[in-house]
Amino acid sequence: MLTTIIAQGGGGFVRDRGGGTGCPGNNGICLDWILHHLDRYQTPFFEHVYLSIVPVAIGFAIALTLGLTAHRLRWLITPLTGLTSALYTVPSIAAFLLLLPITGRGNDTAIVALTAYTLVIIFRNVITGLAGVPQDSVDAARGMGLTSRQLLFRVEVPLALPEILAGLRIAAATTVGLAAFAYLAGAGGLGRNIDADISFRGNVLACGVLLTLLAAALDLIVLTFQRFVTPWRRAAS
Amino acid sequence: MTPVLASILETFRDGLEFIFQQRESGAGTVNVGGLHEVAHLTGNHLAVSFLAVVVAIIVSVPIGLWLGHLGRAEFLAIGVANIGRAVPALAIIAFFVAFLGTGFRNITFALTLLAIPPILTNTYVGMRQVDRELVDAARGQGLSGSQIVRQVELPLALATIFGGVRISAVTVLATAIIAPRAGLDTLGTPIISSEVYGEAGQIGAAIVIAVLTLTTDAGFALVQRLVTPKGLKVAIRGSRPSRTWPISIRRVQLP
Repeated sequence: MLTTIIAQGGGGFVRDRGGGTGCPGNNGICLDWILHHLDRYQTPFFEHVYLSIVPVAIGFAIALTLGLTAHRLRWLITPLTGLTSALYTVPSIAAFLLLLPITGRGNDTAIVALTAYTLVIIFRNVITGLAGVPQDSVDAARGMGLTSRQLLFRVEVPLALPEILAGLRIAAATTVGLAAFAYLAGAGGLGRNIDADISFRGNVLACGVLLTLLAAALDLIVLTFQRFVTPWRRAAS
Repeated sequence: MTPVLASILETFRDGLEFIFQQRESGAGTVNVGGLHEVAHLTGNHLAVSFLAVVVAIIVSVPIGLWLGHLGRAEFLAIGVANIGRAVPALAIIAFFVAFLGTGFRNITFALTLLAIPPILTNTYVGMRQVDRELVDAARGQGLSGSQIVRQVELPLALATIFGGVRISAVTVLATAIIAPRAGLDTLGTPIISSEVYGEAGQIGAAIVIAVLTLTTDAGFALVQRLVTPKGLKVAIRGSRPSRTWPISIRRVQLP
């Protein structure tokens, strides 16, 4: 079993455990060994950062535009929700492979598929966030003579920001996890390291910790941004 | 037609053909593909996914009903969803392989862990979304706690619970693609062992998986509509039953 698994493995750079002796040979957790071979994780980690941030950024731009448009043109909500949900339902791995003949092996395929996954999450939160803006605030803004564009960008979007950014946080965490499968599309990332030696405890643990750290870091960045752009919430609490 | 488009279409046609017709493997030593093998892989894929989701339902629905009825441990019921979302599926499978070994039982267990959070959270949220006045009215009429759960809260929460099962089922079907790494042949086998199955095998398997998940999702959407009580349907006409994770976010702001 083990040999077939290893024979199937890609990469090869993590597989070399150093002659099968010592801690890695005995399949331990091997903190020393991991720290000593940290360079094997450096490039995949930054590839993973790239594969996570780029799709979330593009997806946020698209979903926010769609959400703001659909907020004005209500009839768009149902078809757009249906379309983005369907994209979300096709498993990421299947999407990677079905895109291969069109976009080729590599980062492009992974980024297109991962972007598609962020859409439904962010779009839904933009819509629910805008719908949750108190009617009183909207009426007051109208009474003060704001145009509908001013109303949207000065009143509705700022009040919906916590909800919109909550969507962004979910999208970021989800994308970090899904990007772990991007190696099947010929892209890099920590998924390739996991796959290269999936039965080596130290390797699996190191990749798991790095993935969790990345997800937590992205979460913290959005959270800090949110604190910064919604000072009235801080004052209220 | 441009040559690029023609070659793309050719690749997809080849992938479809893989599903229905046997062919030589990459090394030419064995025959791969064809309806028989694809059906076998699909059967395994569905069996392990079904088992994982059923076990997850058995574990998490009672806990969700109980916590939701009492309105306790909201932090736990919602937090488990946030944790579940943050832990990558591949990492969970890899942990099981590295620390507990391969095999049908282990992969089922790993998939069950992935399936629990959405069901637990949706059960809890579904119970808490039931109008408190209805529960008070039922209590005033003399219904006991368990009667309230069974006759009032559960029917009203059922659509949301199935929404959670729907998310879990799709997630598990998607993650079972990695099961070959844990020693179980599923539709992921042609995808992962591409040197044996070739590009046609990868595309063919991806098509079958995409069809499976879209069908499952649509099936659960139908079930959700069927189990929504008539009165509730009138009240929420126009808004479709929730199916994605943000359902928990509206009630509980992330910290």
